[in-house]
Amino acid sequence: MSAAPLHSRGLAALASGLAQREFSSVELTRHLLGRLEAAQPQLNAMVSITGEAALAAAARADGAIASGRAGPLTGVPIVHKDIFCTEGVRTTCGSRMLDNFVSPYDATVVANLKAAGTVMLGKANMDEFAMGSSNETSWFGPVKNPWNTAMVPGGSSGGSAAVVAARLAPAATATDTGGSIRQPAALTGITGLKPTYGRVSRYGMIAFASSLDQAGVLAASAEDCALLLGAMAGFDPRDSTSVDQPVPDYAAALATPAKGLRIGLVKEFFDQGLDAENERQLRAAFAVYEKLGATLVDVSLPNVGLSVPTYYVVAPAECSSNLARFDGVRFGHRCDQPRDLLDLYKRSRGEGFGAEVKRRIMTGTYVLSAGYYDAYYLKAQRVRQLISADFVRAFEHVDVLAGPTSPTPAFPLGAKTSDPITMYLNDIYTIGANLAGVPALSIPCGFVHDLPVGLQLVGPHFSEAKLLAAAHAFQQETDWHARVPAVWQ
Amino acid sequence: MSLNRSDIENIAHLARLSLREDEVAGYVETLGNILAMVGQLDRAETGGIEPMAHPLAGLTQRLRVDEATENDRHALYQQNAPQVESGLYVVPKVIE
Repeated sequence: MSAAPLHSRGLAALASGLAQREFSSVELTRHLLGRLEAAQPQLNAMVSITGEAALAAAARADGAIASGRAGPLTGVPIVHKDIFCTEGVRTTCGSRMLDNFVSPYDATVVANLKAAGTVMLGKANMDEFAMGSSNETSWFGPVKNPWNTAMVPGGSSGGSAAVVAARLAPAATATDTGGSIRQPAALTGITGLKPTYGRVSRYGMIAFASSLDQAGVLAASAEDCALLLGAMAGFDPRDSTSVDQPVPDYAAALATPAKGLRIGLVKEFFDQGLDAENERQLRAAFAVYEKLGATLVDVSLPNVGLSVPTYYVVAPAECSSNLARFDGVRFGHRCDQPRDLLDLYKRSRGEGFGAEVKRRIMTGTYVLSAGYYDAYYLKAQRVRQLISADFVRAFEHVDVLAGPTSPTPAFPLGAKTSDPITMYLNDIYTIGANLAGVPALSIPCGFVHDLPVGLQLVGPHFSEAKLLAAAHAFQQETDWHARVPAVWQ
Repeated sequence: MSLNRSDIENIAHLARLSLREDEVAGYVETLGNILAMVGQLDRAETGGIEPMAHPLAGLTQRLRVDEATENDRHALYQQNAPQVESGLYVVPKVIE
């Protein structure tokens, strides 16, 4: 038996240990539940820990393994971001609005991973309705960064990222509308992939901005991300934007070498906003790729500098429309003793939503209102077209684009909460991929002041296999992804 | 683009959001700043550019055969409702 403690092993290693009956799923699940509970006071990474259901699912998984009915992920424990509906389990989306909401059905992502045999340990904390870049907008309080609990873990998938970084679970689901998978992955030193828009079903994933939202994965390594993505991706007739394309064998594609890979370094991403120490780590990572036989090419995305303003029209507009469903009538928070129907709507929403969510609903309402629609919304959609075309053009010359994930490493809790625009600029390098709908991932590539730094790779539509292989090649040469904060080892 | 208190109150009304007195001033400032930041879009030359509503070009809305595929589960769904009576959602009186 290997000496490595169970929590330090990745998804792939755990799956093979389970298959070989080295340990049981119940044993593994109990171990990780203990770690999740113990970490909760320090990290606040979870909204719900569903121990009883997890142990029951683990026992079923052990039965399946014993009778030879196991799949590649049978008995592997994971955590779901609390944005995914889970049947019979409280689903809050980080909001007071849904504090008492028990979902009557499973999101397709949850159903797919259940069918693959995974065991859900609980639901991860997140920025309210996925609106935030630091996990400080959650109704359930901020998540802390496992590398330094005075720092934010990034957001909006901060709970999912902290769980994986502290090795409380081998992997977690997450969502990315403007960087919510990649930025927390970078700030906590793990691997995170946002797939192509339409690759993973959005059914049962509580909507924020429907033309941008995409579900993805967080895990220690690209290999683990490949395994999890393979199990959750695929066509879903229940999501009208789901794309009917076969899911490639991502795990099998990992072996593709980086030799000959043409990597475009995005000129605009190395501007004055990028921390100089961050940039040094990135340049060192590019040298690793050169050593592996990749070619580095300078590339320009001339309109990408307008990503943040474009996003802060499109995303709030879609959010104001999506969040209109929370009316205090059918589900969610209702105010006490409403005077009339209008008062019921207004106070239920005013009390149920937090400050940032209200800010975005109002921004969206404004840009869609009569007289402003053309100047803001239509204009932003035209600029989105220009930004998207920049990516298409770049991919005529290179296989993937590379740059930073985030301008700086993790910042202190409270440092950016008073100025929304400063917070929004955290996503300056990640938003472009959402606007263009292309896949992108972040992998750890070094440390600055004992905090992790992320490298972002972006690929053309449906190039997840290529991105994962490029990340895997890097992780075969480096061990940044294997680093764990000392207290969580 | 600057906004004043009555602009914010009007937007909040359109969005069906009650704001506390002390919230309004903050939104006057931050929404004003966001709209100023968004104003950078004016720099982009977008003449003749099609607005992009969906990130995957060429996809069309799928249709399916018009037949019932779901069961009636209203009792289950209403377990999440703040107030129901005889299978109906209860709201304050709308018609006097």
